[in-house]
Amino acid sequence: MEQNNYKGWLYLLPAIAFLGVFMVYPLVDVFVYSFEEGYNSASQTFFGTGLYNYAYVLHDPYFLQAVKNTLILVAITVPVSTGLALLISVGLSSIQKLKDLFQTVYFLPYVTNTLAVGLVFMILFKKTPYTDGLVNLIIGLFGGKSIDFIDGPYWAKMFVLCFYTVWVVMPFKILILTSALASVNQDYYNAARVDGTSKLRIFGRITLPMISPMIFYLVITGFIGAFKAYSDAVAIFGTNLNAAEMNTIVGYVYDMLYGDSGGYPSYASAAAIILFAIVLTITCINLMISKRSVHY
Amino acid sequence: MKVVLQNVTKKFPSRSKKAPEDVIAVNDFTFEIPDGQLIGLLGPSGCGKSTTLNLISGLQKPTSGRIFFDTNDVTDLPPENRGVGLVFQNYALYPHLTVRKNIMFPLQNFKGEAKLTKEVMEEKVLEAARLVQIDGLMERKPSELSGGQQQRVAIARALVKMPSVLLLDEPLSNLDARLRLQTREELRRIQQETKITTIFVTHDQEEAMSISDMIIVMSAGVVQQIGPPQQVYDDPVNLFVAKFLGTPPINVFEGEVREGKLYIGQEAVLQVPGAADQPVTVGIRPEGFVLREDGPLSCNLSRVEVMGRDISVVSTHPLCQNTAIRSIISAENQHSVGGPMVRFALKPAKVFLFRKDSGERIRFEVD
Repeated sequence: MEQNNYKGWLYLLPAIAFLGVFMVYPLVDVFVYSFEEGYNSASQTFFGTGLYNYAYVLHDPYFLQAVKNTLILVAITVPVSTGLALLISVGLSSIQKLKDLFQTVYFLPYVTNTLAVGLVFMILFKKTPYTDGLVNLIIGLFGGKSIDFIDGPYWAKMFVLCFYTVWVVMPFKILILTSALASVNQDYYNAARVDGTSKLRIFGRITLPMISPMIFYLVITGFIGAFKAYSDAVAIFGTNLNAAEMNTIVGYVYDMLYGDSGGYPSYASAAAIILFAIVLTITCINLMISKRSVHY
Repeated sequence: MKVVLQNVTKKFPSRSKKAPEDVIAVNDFTFEIPDGQLIGLLGPSGCGKSTTLNLISGLQKPTSGRIFFDTNDVTDLPPENRGVGLVFQNYALYPHLTVRKNIMFPLQNFKGEAKLTKEVMEEKVLEAARLVQIDGLMERKPSELSGGQQQRVAIARALVKMPSVLLLDEPLSNLDARLRLQTREELRRIQQETKITTIFVTHDQEEAMSISDMIIVMSAGVVQQIGPPQQVYDDPVNLFVAKFLGTPPINVFEGEVREGKLYIGQEAVLQVPGAADQPVTVGIRPEGFVLREDGPLSCNLSRVEVMGRDISVVSTHPLCQNTAIRSIISAENQHSVGGPMVRFALKPAKVFLFRKDSGERIRFEVD
């Protein structure tokens, strides 16, 4: 074994080379940029090194707004989308008729274009001088006051963003959860039935633990996905997210690089590294919790 | 508790478009299982054994017919109200729960007045665990147990609520040969200690014969014969039952009855008074052969296998349906085997005649 070690490395070489060039090197590079003040990618020059970039980013009100938005988005959409997906999956797996139809319908958002759907959402929610939009029409029916969800108060805009995000991420979760539910051996349910277990208890004590690995998988990827949200906000509120107070961390990074106020790769790198640190921490916590509560 | 099935039929709708008629898994079952006995439900794969078990447990509803526990009609009762314990072929132990919690699971379902205190539950769990001798493994997860231990946990879980009927679906099929022997003795012991009416499904005739008080032999959804194992073995009602029971299997010949004598080929091998003249299928148990130099049945000797207590004479005969005739002869007679031919006399009680068309038994007088 020992002498043949180099052979193993040889087999791994292509993969390691690709990963090194396209993943490890950029990551390290971003890390380095984040400590270089006023780095210019064209001239490859910078003024000095230090923590100045971090200090600037952490004091930038736009960045703080983006962090706040992202955290709210994560805190709302991950639990809501996972919970709803679970409900819908359980419903789907307990019906017989039209099951395939419903499954297809629930999966449709996954194959539709994010930006096109964003446009539709905007039309549904937007209030213009000519029309209040469909959603406001419904609110009006119940006697509520119309609100501009796209250009109005902060909470209304956040609501649309969360709604839209949940709508976009649900199909994948439903797909995963319905297949997880289908793969639970029917004998467990039969055994529980013979022993007179109530439906609720079967769900809580058998179904949930059995599919818990999949639920945790969805929560972890859901967190990561929500932290990296950007295109959803653009689809609804347009590219000037800072003005709309709807920027996300990734949006901030993008703006710093290419936006109207852009051309600051150092600040972008620092923001990206902060995002990386947040995601890493949350994912580690998630994994720790899942190790403790997934039992097999 | 007595279990009675009355004209129970179970049909499944056909899934294939080419053969749209229903699949009849269980066809017009009528039998009565006496209280406190161990019953083996025996038959080849796909003969409806497991369906019968599911019908008794209530997991499936019969298409027609009634099922009684003692005098109570339970046909329309859901499984949870029947008070049955069911052990699944794959045990269906909850993988995320420890042995203790697995066994306790059924007890925690009791509601209202039947609800038990924590102490009583613990006690009952321990009692059931002791009965199947797994009380040392209570904190383990099923994945940390061997197949035999998992099997015991499954039985304990089925027994803990003191069911009126215990049902086991192929309980030993996932165990290795040695463990199977040991576990079937265990099963017998547990059944005798608890006196719970127990029905177990198996395709292994040896397993069923060795521990059952009574066996029910099934084929293609129809009950063939019910009775104590020895009786079914000694007195099969048809060719199927005769072929299905016994190792080595029964030897089947083409033969003919003429004037009270059984002919195999040109040789008159046995007096069969009372049987009408007709072509027949002859079944001869391996122990029904007697080596005799002037015996009426002559076969071509292939080899002799020595098994210590007995010897097994393997031979061939042109009219035998088996590829080889196996006869079990006590070892003292070994000296008389030799040469290309071997001659047998037959023990009348070990020879069965069957109708050629239906396979039904033709009886003759044995003195």
